[in-house]
Order: sequence, then structure tokens, then C-alpha cells
Amino acid sequence: MYGMWKKMKKTTKSNLVTYGMVIGAYAIVQTLISTGNMSSLIEGIMVPVCIYIIMAVSLNLVVGILGELSLGHAGFMCVGAFSGAFFSKCMRDVITFGPLRFFLAMLIGIAVAALFGILIGIPVLRLKGDYLAIVTLAFGEIIKNLVNAIFIGKDSRGFHFSTKEVMSLIIEPDGTVLINGPQGITGTPQDSTFFIGFIMILITLFIVLNLINSRDGRAIMAIRDNRIAAESVGINVTKYKLMAFTVSAAMAGGAGVLYAHNLSILTANTNNFGYNQSIMILVFVVLGGIGNIRGSVIAAVVLTLLPEMLRGLQDYRMLIYAVVLIIVMLFNWAPKAIEWRQKYLSFGKKKKEAVK
Amino acid sequence: MSFLSYLINGLSLGSVYAIIALGYTMVYGIAKMLNFAHGDVIMVGAYMALLSMTRAGLSPVMAVLIAIVVCTVLGVLIERIAYKPLRNAASSLSVLITAIGVSYLLQNLALLIFGSNTQTFPSVVEWTGISLAGGQLNISGVTIVTILVCLVIMAALVFFVQKSKAGQAMRAVSEDKGAAQLMGINVNATIALTFAIGSALAAVAGVLYCSAYPSVTPYTGAMPGIKAFVAAVFGGIGSIPGAFIGGLLLGVIEIFGRAYITSQMADALVFAVLIIVLLVKPAGLLGKNIQEKV
Repeated sequence: MYGMWKKMKKTTKSNLVTYGMVIGAYAIVQTLISTGNMSSLIEGIMVPVCIYIIMAVSLNLVVGILGELSLGHAGFMCVGAFSGAFFSKCMRDVITFGPLRFFLAMLIGIAVAALFGILIGIPVLRLKGDYLAIVTLAFGEIIKNLVNAIFIGKDSRGFHFSTKEVMSLIIEPDGTVLINGPQGITGTPQDSTFFIGFIMILITLFIVLNLINSRDGRAIMAIRDNRIAAESVGINVTKYKLMAFTVSAAMAGGAGVLYAHNLSILTANTNNFGYNQSIMILVFVVLGGIGNIRGSVIAAVVLTLLPEMLRGLQDYRMLIYAVVLIIVMLFNWAPKAIEWRQKYLSFGKKKKEAVK
Repeated sequence: MSFLSYLINGLSLGSVYAIIALGYTMVYGIAKMLNFAHGDVIMVGAYMALLSMTRAGLSPVMAVLIAIVVCTVLGVLIERIAYKPLRNAASSLSVLITAIGVSYLLQNLALLIFGSNTQTFPSVVEWTGISLAGGQLNISGVTIVTILVCLVIMAALVFFVQKSKAGQAMRAVSEDKGAAQLMGINVNATIALTFAIGSALAAVAGVLYCSAYPSVTPYTGAMPGIKAFVAAVFGGIGSIPGAFIGGLLLGVIEIFGRAYITSQMADALVFAVLIIVLLVKPAGLLGKNIQEKV
């Protein structure tokens, strides 16, 4: 066993540690729940924790691995949530077996989010840096606005669609309103469980970690480090950028489906699918370490659980996040701070030669 | 007649966007960074004016002056503490993320200090406005003052940047920081001055915006801030007349969209403009196209 561990590549070891950590944490939490040692409050936020982990890991793929700042990540979550919940609501009486219905809803949510990822990625990825960030923000807000203007009803004559108001659907008395504009979708079956969230995290990690260590992943990171150099050695920049962006969007869609099936009322507002949510996920990514997948997992867990445990801090939560975000960025990236760190904090560590 | 009144309202809203966009475009031109916190400086300016008028009972003119002073100091402080250390950082994303952090910090500080409730903002313009065409076309005083203030600021700024010594230094720094330094220009002071001017303009914009839409919350600045950035990009980032034209056009587009298409989708329409501009003419209406060099 030890011999096998020694023979493994460094990245494989690191990945196994990440998986082991997640599985270990799940086992501990599950034991605490089944022995009744977990407060219902903490138990209730286990699914949101899973959602945030998936969101943080998938955003890290764009910010850390692709090296572009996306501020519309919550928009993809929104797309996934609404398409998944819409499917589940339509099929509530057709497919009565919950897990199967949820599985299909998950596939649909992921597929629709991936489709949006491609559609938005094609124009957006032609830009870079600040422009890309602001355009993803714009798309995120447009998605939220659009979802608030959709009205869909169903009756014996089929589906009815409107973008104005619920009355203009003209549904017969036996029909139901499926999506009610700003009131969103109500009565989605609550199929999300902690176990499903845990499986989703493992799948997300598997996809992202394998992508990073594959030929494609190295191409993506080459683009991040130097786009022109990557292009000149024959890497198809558009293709790989789009690949990373779409995979990230698809996983955010999956998180959205999980989110939608954890609540009885699904609406799109600023706090859940807006700019604020995107920023919050970005905070997880930055604090966990840009490009560090395991860090994203840890940051998402700690930053979601900590404010719940320290109720008194609830009011100051966002303020503390903001201050910490600024300090971490300054400490990690300011040339002066880097110099200082190398001078005083590098004892015991081998000095790495910077590749320039 | 309603067309004319929409047009004038659009120009007024556009004037506010133009004033904010000037701050974005100058900072972007000189520091090559998107100052995400600019929108929240607007909110701070609005709160300062509000407090001066309601709590301290000062006159509107004094209130505006106080707002300008506070925002100028705030803008310079933000630049000094959060942005300057990252000026030569390896990753250009780092300063953008820091700016987002500053924006978040200002919003949440305001939330703690002033609470999340919407507060009514008393108009700084007491003049009720004029009524034309036998009462069919009413133009409020705020609308007229906003458009006039925007024109004055534009003219003053163009004069300042083209003729004054400090303005020339600004143009030099935005052209080539290293060369400007070799010519004896104090780059740090010039960048600080740019932030000061941008933030002072943000205070004016904040007061005008909140007078036209008489309320203020900690999130007041975020949306106009982002839209003004759209205006700056629309006109060509780095160009002062571009910010003016972009702001006015965007304001008119938004008001017409609200009036003739649907009010729910007005924000989406503005963002659609941004996306189309960036895809069709990424340098904007008056911007210069810069080739990337290896």
C-alpha cells in the first residue's frame, strides 16, 4: 500500500487527498446526523454547502485555470435551476419515482446551462480582462431579468407562453401556471439530499481535476499564462477557452438544479442569482486560492458554516468578507508584499526559481 | 409631445451617466484599471449630501460641497490603500478583484451605518421647472439643472485636460507611464489627481441622480455605476467626449426602452447595448483601436 502511494505521481496524490477529504468530511457529518449530534440548523445548510462547493470549484476553473474573471456565474446557476425545476414540475405526475425524475432534471439543467455557456461564451470569450468581466456581469443580469419575465402555463390544450403577465396566458380552469414571472416556480418536489449533493461534489471534482491534468487542461493553462505564445505553438485558443467556460457553466447549472430542488419556492432575485451571489462565489475562490481546487472546497465550507455558527457575526459577515478579500489580494499580489514574504517568511522552504 | 418629454428625460438621465462615465474613463485611461468601486462612491456622495441637509440642516449648495470633499478624499484614499500597491502586479485580475472588494466594503459599511431602509432624498434643486406648450410639456428643474451641470463639467474638463499643465501630465501618463516619469512628471500624484477628479464628479452625479429619483439605499450606486461603465465603453474608453456621447445615448436608449418596449427589460436592454458595442466595435464610438504587441 505504502509502495503504491510512493510510486504515484504528485498530482495523483494531491487529487486523492482532495477526494479523501471530501469523503471523510461526508462520513463525519453523516455520523453526526445519524447519532443526533448535529443541530437541525447546521443539518439544514448541508445542501447549500454542497451547492457552494460546486459553484466555487466550477468558478475556479474559469478564474484560476482559464485566467478570466467571470462575474455572471450565478446566471448559469439560475438557468440550471429554472430549467431543472420546470422539468420536475411538468413531470411531477408523469414520473412518480423521485430519484429518476431528479436525475433527468439534473441532466436537463446541466444541458441547458451548458448550452447557455456555449451561446454566451462564443461572443464573450473574444474579449479579455476587464471587458470580459463586465460582459459576463451583463449576461448574468440579463438572464435574471429574462427569467423574471417568463410566464408559462399548462392546461388540456397544451402549453401557453407569455412575457407580459400571468393573465395573458389564458389557461383553462383545469390548467396550472408553471412559471409565474417574478413569483417564479412554486411546488418543486424537494428531491435534493445531502447524499446527492455529496455525489455531485465528487463528480464535479472528478471532472475538474481530470480536466486540469489532461492535455486539454494544460492547453487551457498555457493560454492563461501567455495567450500569444500558446497560439503560436498551435493551440486553438477559442476552442479551449470555450471548453473551460462551458464545463464551468454546466457544473453551475447542476448546482442550480440542486438549489431549485432544495426549496419549495424558486424565484430569481439579486441575492440568489444576481451579481451579489456571483461575487460571493468569487470570494470563496479568492480566499481558497485562485487556481487551487482543494482550497475552493475548504473556503466554501468554512465561509458558509462559520457565519451560521457565529450568529452574532451575521451582520458583519459581508463586511468581513470584503475586508478579507482586499487584504488577501494585497498580500498575495502586491509586488512589495511578495518581496516582503520572500524575505521573512521563506525560511525552511526551498527557494523556487521563478520562471520568467 | 410624450416623445419630446421622454427625450428630455433620457438626456437628463444620460447626463448623469455621462458625469459618472467621465470618472471611469479618466481612471481607465490613466491607470488601465476598471474602478469597480466608482459606483459606490456615488452612493457615499448621496448619503453625505442627505446627512448634511437633513441632520445638519445645511443649504443644498453646502451639502453638495461637503459631498464633493468627502468623495474626493475617499477616492484618493481608496487609490492609495487598495490600488496603488497592486499597480505593477503580475496579474491584471488582482486589481480588478480588489476593486470589487472595495465596492463590496463600501456597500456593506453603508448598510451597517445607514441601514438597509430606503431613505427619501430631498431634491437639491428647489426650482419646479418650466411648463411649455400650454402645460403639455413639463420639464422639472432637476432635469434642466442636470443637463446644464453636465455641459459645464464637460467643457471644464476638456479645457483642463487639453490646456492645463496637470491635464497635459495626465495625457502623458496615460500614453506612456515610463516615458512620462523620465520627463519629470510625478506619476503617482497625477494618478491620485485623476482619482480625485473622478470621485468629485461621482459626488455631483450622486446628488443629481438621487434628486431625480428621490431615494437612496446602500445599493443606489451599483446599477448607475455599471451602466455608466457601459456608457464609457460605448463612447470609447479613455476618451472624454466619448464618455459624454456614450452617456447621453445610453440614457436616451434606456428611457425609450422603458417607455416603448417594456420597463422590466430596460436594464437588460442597456446591457445588450454593451454586448453589441463590444462585439461590433470593441474600441467604442470614439476610441482608438490598440493592437496587442508581443
